[in-house]
Amino acid sequence: MMNDIDTLKNEISGEIRNANDLKALDDVRVSALGKKGRITAVMKTLGKMSEDERKEKGQALNALKDEVAALIKKQEIALKKQELDARLVTEKLDMTLDARPREKGYIHPISQTIEELTAIFADMGFSVAEGPDIEDDFYNFTALNFPPGHPAREMQDTFFLPDDPSEKGEHVKKLLRTHTSSVQIRHMQNNQPPHKIVCFGRTYRSDYDMTHTPMFHQMEGLMIDKTTHMGHLKGCLQDFVRAFFELDDLTVQFRPSFFPFVEPGAEMDIACSRKGGGLKLGANKDGSVDDWLEILGCGMVHPNVLKNCGLDPDEYQGFAFGMGIERMAMLKYGIPDLRTFFESDVRWLAHYGFDPLDRPNNATGVKRA
Amino acid sequence: MKFTINWLKKHLDTNASTQEICDKLTNIGLELEEFEDLSAVYEPFKVAYVESAEKHPDADKLKVCQVKTKDGTMQVVCGAPNARTGMKGLFAPCGSYIPGLDMELKKSKIRGVESNGMLVSEREMCLSDEHQGIIEVDDSLEIGTSMASIYGLDEKLIEIGLTPNRADCAGVRGIARDLAAAGLGTLKDIDDSPVEGTFPCPINVIIEDDGCKMFCGRLIKNVKNGPSPTWVQNLLKNVGLRPISALVDITNLMTMEYARPLHVFDADKVKGNMVLRKTTGDEEIDALNDKSYDVVEGAIGIYDDSGLISLAGTVGGVSTSCEQDTVNVFVESAYFDPMRIARAGRDMGVSSDARYRFERGVDPEFTRPGMEVATRLVLEICGTDETEVSEIVQAGDIPEWKRVIEFDPSYTKKLCGVDVPAKEQISILERLGFAIEKSSSDGGMLKISPPSWRGDIEGKADLTEEVARIYGFENIEPVSVRSEKAVTSSAETVKLSRARAARSAMAASGLSECVTWSFMNKDLASAFGSNDNSSLTLCNPISSELDQMRPSILPNLIEAAGRNADRGFYDVSLCEVGPVFRSAKADGQDYMAAGVRANNKTPRHWASDITERAVDAYDVKADAMAVLEACGAPAAKAQISTDAPEYYHPGRSGVLRLGKNVIAQFGEIHPAILDQMGIKTPMAGFEVFLENIPEPRSKGTSRPLLALSPFQPLTRDFAFVVKDEVSAEDLVRAAKSGDKKLISDARVFDIYKGKGIEGGHKSVALSVTIEPVDATLSDEQLDALMNNVIDAVANKCGGVLRA
Repeated sequence: MMNDIDTLKNEISGEIRNANDLKALDDVRVSALGKKGRITAVMKTLGKMSEDERKEKGQALNALKDEVAALIKKQEIALKKQELDARLVTEKLDMTLDARPREKGYIHPISQTIEELTAIFADMGFSVAEGPDIEDDFYNFTALNFPPGHPAREMQDTFFLPDDPSEKGEHVKKLLRTHTSSVQIRHMQNNQPPHKIVCFGRTYRSDYDMTHTPMFHQMEGLMIDKTTHMGHLKGCLQDFVRAFFELDDLTVQFRPSFFPFVEPGAEMDIACSRKGGGLKLGANKDGSVDDWLEILGCGMVHPNVLKNCGLDPDEYQGFAFGMGIERMAMLKYGIPDLRTFFESDVRWLAHYGFDPLDRPNNATGVKRA
Repeated sequence: MKFTINWLKKHLDTNASTQEICDKLTNIGLELEEFEDLSAVYEPFKVAYVESAEKHPDADKLKVCQVKTKDGTMQVVCGAPNARTGMKGLFAPCGSYIPGLDMELKKSKIRGVESNGMLVSEREMCLSDEHQGIIEVDDSLEIGTSMASIYGLDEKLIEIGLTPNRADCAGVRGIARDLAAAGLGTLKDIDDSPVEGTFPCPINVIIEDDGCKMFCGRLIKNVKNGPSPTWVQNLLKNVGLRPISALVDITNLMTMEYARPLHVFDADKVKGNMVLRKTTGDEEIDALNDKSYDVVEGAIGIYDDSGLISLAGTVGGVSTSCEQDTVNVFVESAYFDPMRIARAGRDMGVSSDARYRFERGVDPEFTRPGMEVATRLVLEICGTDETEVSEIVQAGDIPEWKRVIEFDPSYTKKLCGVDVPAKEQISILERLGFAIEKSSSDGGMLKISPPSWRGDIEGKADLTEEVARIYGFENIEPVSVRSEKAVTSSAETVKLSRARAARSAMAASGLSECVTWSFMNKDLASAFGSNDNSSLTLCNPISSELDQMRPSILPNLIEAAGRNADRGFYDVSLCEVGPVFRSAKADGQDYMAAGVRANNKTPRHWASDITERAVDAYDVKADAMAVLEACGAPAAKAQISTDAPEYYHPGRSGVLRLGKNVIAQFGEIHPAILDQMGIKTPMAGFEVFLENIPEPRSKGTSRPLLALSPFQPLTRDFAFVVKDEVSAEDLVRAAKSGDKKLISDARVFDIYKGKGIEGGHKSVALSVTIEPVDATLSDEQLDALMNNVIDAVANKCGGVLRA
């Protein structure tokens, strides 16, 4: 009897090994383990056996049953794999073909720069103020200590709009703001000190050549309280250029200059080198400076400006500064021509633009490749 | 403002190097713009001796010269008629740059004869237009003497950027004074004492226009005019002025050296007395700058009996000008109202060195001394044995300029954050010419009077600036202004945060951000909703293409897409965030996010499920919705209507509203507009009104609690036949109303027209999503719900379930 079981085992194992598709394997399963299968048939003979014999044979048969089932499972897995492999061979695609199209747009370098500047100055505690592009003579000039007829007004070629007869005095004369400094006035008139603001926006001057466009962007900063002095101005702007250009030891210089709305007035330069044709920001390794690059104008807010905004210049003081956004972008990102900013050439936008999902923040630093 | 180091040293006694001078100028606010070593360009040219000059064997007009130079004898072929044996000239070696020809000299063969260098003419050296012959130099000069030293060209030219407040530094002497105050030497004295007149001036002067505050004149008889001496000519040429005649050159010298513009009249051409009067607006004048002007009304005119002869402080007239043969000269030194000079100059478009200084403010006290300095120059340069100087005739007087500013030196520390000892501050101010008186009553207070040449000094902040700039801005210690408290609120306004969100959303949807002009063509603007608002038309546009403030961003983006198409890039998607203008009032501009998609939305592609197709209204609807969602607007709740502005396709455009406010509009661009703009490809656009999006009600950060149903949602599909004009929105809303509690969504997934559907009708397939709330639905409940949907669509839209 035991020999019979071994024979059966060899017989079924051989059939399982020889089953070369799932259908054949299932036939083997039925012929071995099915209701009328060979193992089942032997199982049915157990009842006629003595108790000892039944016990021995029973165990052997159960073991055979498990073994056969396991062999079938194993063969089934092998056959399925074989079948899948055979199918996959026929499913080969050319992976060098283009992916499905995914549209990509870019952030303009001006917006990028404004967002970077916002992050830097927000970190210093400045908030962002706004003002209109269409200004009037008072906000753009008179309040900023450009008296009517003053030659300083001619430093800026102003675009004029028709007079607005419904306004009074210097508000009649409408113009496109020549600088964002007008926002200082509106902010100081409408808010209580202390003031700590920056503002960004479009500015306009009637000039169009290699280095001028009739519209460009400026940033303005203003900090007014009772104790802010020129040292704070220097510190603020030094911190700013170092953060913006991500150069910890960027050397700066302040030299006296003139803007009607500040006194003392200054311009800030950063150290640079033009050796070998390119522009490199920063001093030389030994601390010497090859050349200076003008970055922005600044100064302590003129007492007349404070008075024009209803502040007592004996009580309040502080600084203001302004700079061109495009210039900052050009310097930081090596963009050679101002006029290209406004041409909307998709090749330019893709080359100089920025990823909309990677916006400037203080965690990663504001620099973008 | 240009000057040379040697000119500066006429007034500044200094041992400072050129580099120190340049650095100091920038440090004290007289920014160095250009530095040029004028001798450098003349460096190669040296005196040489012509040992022989023989006729060229093959050319009658050429000579073959053997020229002895400091580097040996060179053979030079020369065409100048005056080239001859035994002369001394200036030799230019091979490899040198010839400024007058703008070329580098090369070794050459001229008609077969080798020529190594050249003997140069004045024109080739940019000295004059003279080109008749080569330069001959004095025989006594040694071979190898540098050309620069012969012509006084061994000069270093400095140009500073002069800020409008520093009129005093529009003259060399003022610059010298500032440098002296900054410790770079001492200011030399000048002789401006009165030159005694020997007879009364026969020409009288009368002021009838208060724009002229003071007018002085003096007749100098029997002078000899003509070309100025070389030293005067060189001074003027070095700073870019053309020498004219000695008398005129002297006035230019006074302008550049003392910032004291003067005028000289040929006294023999002046008829009667001189009267200062307002111009009438009917006159013309032939001016000394070779131009004729229609004189505006209200300029300050100088008249004689013949009429207008000069525009005061701006430009002189030809009729009384000094010529080479002028014998009797009337010298004018006057003080005019800066504003009047500025206005007349601006209105007539005259820019002159005189106007530049008068409108910024000349030193009023120097009006007469300037005359005396000029008189001495006339006597020195043009004087003869017969020359006689008249007394000065004067009308008007120096305007009041003296003022006293109370100044507490501790203010410098307060404003500039640098501790400059009071003694040092006083010393700086005194060196700059300020008069200082210590106030007896108040300990530290000073009474400070600015000098006459510093009309720009108004108050204590100006005084602090003077101290700080001379003391040095570099001595002010930087102090950070980082906030000590954490920033607890957004640094940005809601509007700017939306702009930021909008631009990121658009760029993430594939639109590239542009920045286009705020102005555009007026005619085109009228097609984009400009209400022909002339208050938004620029008075002085840069061109007629840019003369109207834009009513919409779309036309600029359409044009930009068109320009890209012209370059061969048709399928472009562009966007912009920026202002549009309704009125010129401060609240008349709106902040918009707009975008345009041109030509094909999807290009041809190998994948069979991607088909090439043109942009359409649904592309830009998705863009508008994306912007709205990024800005926190409840976009799904917006009402949609079809009343978009007329620059959109009337049947393929829509408007999104929340309440009364339009928050967005979108659609295909009207074909007629595209045609008008010369655009050949289809385009679709959208505009989002960022400021019309309501601000979020809750300021808090917490969100409503999320209740998730434990029961699986199920979907049921329906197809309804409805009339064509029934909108998808109405149908969906009707279907949803079948059970407002359980139906969570309904979407159109197919629209069919044609066979089997009655004309004027369409079959719309809806997929309705049902989310059980309390328990799984029984078959009966589900049937009832579906019947409710069918009934609702029938009642509200006249829809019939398709058989």
